[in-house]
Amino acid sequence: MNDHAGNASPENARPANERAANTPGTPPITLIRGGRLVDPAAGIDEKRDLLLRDGRVAEVAPRIHLSPADAAHTQILDATGLVVAPGLIDIHVHLREPGQTHKETIATGTAAAAAGGFTAVAAMPNTVPTNDTPEITRWMQSPDRNPSARVFPIAAATRALRGEQINDFAALKAAGAVAVTDDGHPILRDNIMREVLAAATRHGLPVIQHAEDTRLTEGASMNAGPVAFRLGLRGMPPEAEYGLVERDIRLVAELARDSKSARPHLHVAHTSTAQAVAAVHQARRNGLHVTCEVAPHHFLLTEHHVGCYNTHAKMNPPLRSEADRDAMIQGILDGVVDAIATDHAPHAAHEKEVEFERAPNGITGLETALGLSLHWLHGEWRLPLSRVLSLLSAQPAALLGFKGRGTLSVGSFADVIVFDPDAEWTWLAAHSRSRSRNSPFDGWTMRGRIRHTLSEGRLVHSA
Amino acid sequence: MTTLRQSIQSSRTRPDALPASVPFASTGHPGSLLGISDLSLDQITGTLTRASLLESEDPLARAHRLAKRRIALLFYESSTRTRTSFELAAKSLGCDTTLVSSLSSSIEKGETLKDTGLTLRALGAEAIILRHPNSGAPWLLEQSTGLPVLNAGDGMHEHPSQALLDLRTILACLGLGAETAIAANTLAGVTVTITGDILHSRVARSNMLLLPRLGARVQLCGPPALLPDLAAQAGPGITIERDFDHALAQSHIVMMLRIQAERLAGLQLDLDEYRQRYQLTVERLAAHPSVAHVLHPGPIIRGLELTAEVADGPQSRILDQVRNGVAIRMALVERALTATRSGATQ
Ligand SMILES: [Zn+2]
Repeated sequence: MNDHAGNASPENARPANERAANTPGTPPITLIRGGRLVDPAAGIDEKRDLLLRDGRVAEVAPRIHLSPADAAHTQILDATGLVVAPGLIDIHVHLREPGQTHKETIATGTAAAAAGGFTAVAAMPNTVPTNDTPEITRWMQSPDRNPSARVFPIAAATRALRGEQINDFAALKAAGAVAVTDDGHPILRDNIMREVLAAATRHGLPVIQHAEDTRLTEGASMNAGPVAFRLGLRGMPPEAEYGLVERDIRLVAELARDSKSARPHLHVAHTSTAQAVAAVHQARRNGLHVTCEVAPHHFLLTEHHVGCYNTHAKMNPPLRSEADRDAMIQGILDGVVDAIATDHAPHAAHEKEVEFERAPNGITGLETALGLSLHWLHGEWRLPLSRVLSLLSAQPAALLGFKGRGTLSVGSFADVIVFDPDAEWTWLAAHSRSRSRNSPFDGWTMRGRIRHTLSEGRLVHSA
Repeated sequence: MTTLRQSIQSSRTRPDALPASVPFASTGHPGSLLGISDLSLDQITGTLTRASLLESEDPLARAHRLAKRRIALLFYESSTRTRTSFELAAKSLGCDTTLVSSLSSSIEKGETLKDTGLTLRALGAEAIILRHPNSGAPWLLEQSTGLPVLNAGDGMHEHPSQALLDLRTILACLGLGAETAIAANTLAGVTVTITGDILHSRVARSNMLLLPRLGARVQLCGPPALLPDLAAQAGPGITIERDFDHALAQSHIVMMLRIQAERLAGLQLDLDEYRQRYQLTVERLAAHPSVAHVLHPGPIIRGLELTAEVADGPQSRILDQVRNGVAIRMALVERALTATRSGATQ
């Protein structure tokens, strides 16, 4: 069921990955016919045909008739019984290129993205070398990387992620950076974080913080608490996360107060504690521009999943308590959480096959986010389909200012997914398109099967 | 509006994918002993019985039991007592033993635990006895090699053979012979106080998980820096008593632990204050006559957690523990090399 070969009929599908999203050329006209079109941004959830032309959405209508001239070179995708939705957007992935191509490359990472329904991903800067220059930012976006989804680089906030010297945000933005962050290396010094927020605000860039007071987490490899004690592992206390979130919010408030024109945008990456979500909620009530994302593993798994030292349950921030996990779900249901982001963090098998404390942090997530979200958020917790899709497309697009994405309104990029909303299937990590297999969800039941992914009009995945 | 908790509880399929807890026990090789919870009470009875039988057997006959079987001792941390104890136990049964220590060249050169384990297996090792500074390392070794693994201490996690030898010592202290089949009430009414550096102690963890299963009350005693409150949540039957004298007043057996300077990770302790509050002295023992037996897993630091007089005194069972260690480990080595999958569930 998780075969690699596409089973779309030859006349209406190209092989997956034959052409990359960012390569020039004339995309075909595509007509997606008879599907249930769910476009949360446009408030549409109805049966609609969708016509894609020149990489853009050309028409959305109950019934689209092709002119005889177009009909000859139009690929038609029958979406009867399927959902047609905006391509998903993941604002937190680690593509590992440049530098760590044994874990992932931009080509393999975006192939996994396409298989999971993602047509745009925001790539974290902890590459080797660090993405702290316009050159690397541009290099990552080059068609030569052979991507199957659009890559939006997030640049390092400080030189080499050291938290000392602030990078040239103007140049990075001009090169295509959509935000700045020192993900994985939280900016602890108040004055540096204040400067980063001020400079990013001047250039209209969000600041993404991996909130972890590393002074409280030295030598720790999982959540602090009874399970860590039981397993003899040093723990990361929740206050290491929410303490820094609260500090950052204070800095944002100070900046907003001192300068009427400045409206800094702080985005809290991968929130995992109840208090961090509460702090974001309160900041927003106070009128501040503070957003947050939650990863599927943080709304599904708890520290108990570490079990017998399963390194596929090791990530940073760590899996937390049941109360925290429930708070992530509640935050999603309540609308406090702005986006679901995977924190896709591939690692080679041999890197994870070591002692728990020595294993690197992170799991893959691009191919499981939709299936888990549909199974649990929609299937179990009754979050409406359009809201699930919004958290995976419209909202992250708005969060990072991706124009013309996360919606299927006419003129938007032809980033589209077609999926079977009720199909249940089993995720097998061994079949992943990613170069790595480090998924804690291996063998889990997924709901919603991607049939087609189109990136800017090109069919990049079919199954 | 229904709350999330209600909606989670009412959902149909929560248990399969979102379990409240994941079992900590090994599901690997039936001869392994990775954590004390791997063993049922019946299996513990069996181990204690075998320990007594092997201990009393004629050494020449015993040496035929596992003649020329190959056991590897893989020690990433230095150890005198445990290593020697396992080695003597294995040799008493006739095994050939090989010691690979952290000073061995392959480990020094950065070979992974998996590769070292596979190498030992290829060299003919039939079981591996592992001591390792990282918690959970025995699971990795068992998974990588498929061999029975005996955990001889992993990080701050567990030291199950120590808990078994402590149990044998305690049972003897209480006059319960080796023939006793242990049960959930064998130690009912007995209070064991473990005092000292609980946070970093694998001995404490294995004992606090084992003794309550036999009905004992385990009291933990120490300063918050070495004994976090949440230690009481490690399992049933565990309580915390910060005041050592209060703890002693309720105890029958006290187990003293050394401060593990190597794991303190920057933690500063006032040792004079520590001695004053937690050192076991003859005066304290005299003031609390209910405490009949003093245990210590070693190595002891005379003059810190206990005085020399106590270590050498009439209540001290420290050397009995060492003797019991060899017997218990003979039973564990034998089990490692003879257990079968069908026998694992008995
Ligand atoms: Zn991060």
